[in-house]
Amino acid sequence: MTAAVSQHDPKASAATADSREQDNAAPLMEIRNLYKRFSLSGDFLEQLKFKGGKLVREQEHVHAINGIDIDIRRGEALCVVGESGCGKSTVARTVMGLLSPSKGEIHYDGQRIDHLSAKELLPFRRRMQMIFQNPYASLNPRMTIQQTLEEPIRLHHPDWSKERVRDQVRDVMDSVGIDPDWGSRFGHEFSGGQRQRIAIARALAVDPEFIVADEPISALDVSIQAQVLNLMMEAQQQRNLTYLFITHDLAVVEHFGTRVAVMYLGMVCEIAPTGTLFAKPRHPYTQALLSAIPRLEDDRPQHIRLQGEVPTPVNLPPGCVFHGRCPHANERCRQEVPALIDVEGGARVACHGVEEGRL
Amino acid sequence: MALLEVNNLDVRFALRGGDVRALRDVCFSLDRGERLGIVGESGAGKSVAAFSLLNLIAKPGYIAGGSITFDGEELSGMKDRGLRRIRGNRISMIFQDPMMTLNPVLSIGEQMVECLKAHRRISTREARAISLHKLNQVQIPSPETRLDQYPHELSGGMRQRVIIAIALLLDPDIIVADEPTTALDVTIQAEIMDLLLELCEKHNVGLVLITHDLGVVSQVTQRMLVMYAGRVIEQGPTREIINDPQHPYTQGLINALPQMATPGSRLNQIPGSMPSLSNLPSGCAFHPRCGFVNDANGEPRKACLDKVPGFVDSGNCRVACHMVAELVNQQQRDSREEIL
Repeated sequence: MTAAVSQHDPKASAATADSREQDNAAPLMEIRNLYKRFSLSGDFLEQLKFKGGKLVREQEHVHAINGIDIDIRRGEALCVVGESGCGKSTVARTVMGLLSPSKGEIHYDGQRIDHLSAKELLPFRRRMQMIFQNPYASLNPRMTIQQTLEEPIRLHHPDWSKERVRDQVRDVMDSVGIDPDWGSRFGHEFSGGQRQRIAIARALAVDPEFIVADEPISALDVSIQAQVLNLMMEAQQQRNLTYLFITHDLAVVEHFGTRVAVMYLGMVCEIAPTGTLFAKPRHPYTQALLSAIPRLEDDRPQHIRLQGEVPTPVNLPPGCVFHGRCPHANERCRQEVPALIDVEGGARVACHGVEEGRL
Repeated sequence: MALLEVNNLDVRFALRGGDVRALRDVCFSLDRGERLGIVGESGAGKSVAAFSLLNLIAKPGYIAGGSITFDGEELSGMKDRGLRRIRGNRISMIFQDPMMTLNPVLSIGEQMVECLKAHRRISTREARAISLHKLNQVQIPSPETRLDQYPHELSGGMRQRVIIAIALLLDPDIIVADEPTTALDVTIQAEIMDLLLELCEKHNVGLVLITHDLGVVSQVTQRMLVMYAGRVIEQGPTREIINDPQHPYTQGLINALPQMATPGSRLNQIPGSMPSLSNLPSGCAFHPRCGFVNDANGEPRKACLDKVPGFVDSGNCRVACHMVAELVNQQQRDSREEIL
């Protein structure tokens, strides 16, 4: 226990801050072989079933994340894309410690954080913040904006004076384009775009270095989406932030992301620098996903039609999770789970076809 | 004469604080087999416009004025009995959320047969045969088994296919689709839109497509309307509006799309947000957010602040904007002088 505490004393983290400057290439966040399952079977008694005259215990799980490895580098915006149910939000929540992983490790700035208690996690929580999808649900309706923004500062800086907290709130409201005089208003008095600005202000209030944004603009209108994206990009430049950006909107990814991880059924099928991914998608699923974006251009592009639908994550298919819908699947794809391999352009792809040079 | 003509449609919601005008002076028309997109942000009135076509506006909303003429018949003010002949039969609707649209306690087959029998005097056996044929058309695998399944047994994409099959059941003249793919994933959205487009073209069915997605409108429709704060502000051929938008709001909307900017650069945002319908700014409702509100002298145009702009013809498009009107007048004057 003492060892764990000393690991997080301020001097130690100051030391890591020094080493950070020396070694900029070390990833800020490392996700190692992460698994997350959710039980569908209820508690122990509900799992007991009679089968052939015997009492057996049966458990069913949703396999939300099935062994992913992702590094998030300092200062980048890593976008995770995929369709609903692919586990991208679960990744965001697990990384933030809102869910505990079933297996695997999460390292933040060189330290393992997935097994820490809430108290031990507190210093990390100041450095990593989250922005949620729905600004109508993520602001407490009974708190004024001032209270909402003061709360995280007081939690993480209990020694700060009232004036200092108030100044910090004013600064952060200013920086997201919300008039600091509106502090006494409640969340419902603001429009969706303004609420999302306040949610961003709340994340920025404690000067974090890493922000996880789970679909932060999908609840907003087009003209407001641009405002919020601009705000997030400005904040990134000014504060040297690192983003983990979860979205299903590929046009946003192309604009915003440094690198992109494409997820399918709880696995990463391709991870690549944004330019490479959009110029030359390698995984058949990425290709289908990109061809499905409705573009403004005149020519009606041929969509790559996938057969069938995403299988249920309760009973995962054997082999490559995508084989049932993949036009290029062969016997090996049906049997063997593909691993991520390096291809040109800094991309990594999990596909037997790419590995064998068929695709 | 067009198949569907909407003129000066005025829809209001009677609220405690007085009437809120959800639609004002909305005019559009649809020819047989034509595909029209209605675009706008939430609160612009696009869904109200679609619902009012079949008088599906729930109280306290009501149609306060204007006319909706379908195939020579006036629909606004028509009694429910008369509307029932048209609803689902000659004009059918596809709603946004495929999870909510189907009745969870009836099998797919029952819902389809019910719809057919409401409009035609046919036997259940015949109705099932037609249903099966339509399910085949929307490319549902093993349609015979699907007929006896319940909505919860189908995925979102499959449900939306069933809904399209129901919309096509009575070979309608027009399908009104309100954000039909918003609740679906991109790959499924692409499949559903392809399917809808293919079927509309094949059967010469008109489509009114309501969406906030300019990409979808651009790929599916021939003409489009852009709505803002309850009014149509620009309408014309889809390609021309997408390639060369005239109204400052349409320009802003298109330029705000991430695909219009170089990756990593600042997006062109429209400042502010859409005003609430109960508290509209004077004059042009867009003027507080408009970058072109000032005239050549750098002064705000008086007309923009005081007067609601009427439509001017600019090429094949019609635009409600004082700035565009000035430009068009200028051009006309110039060309007149050239001729003289």
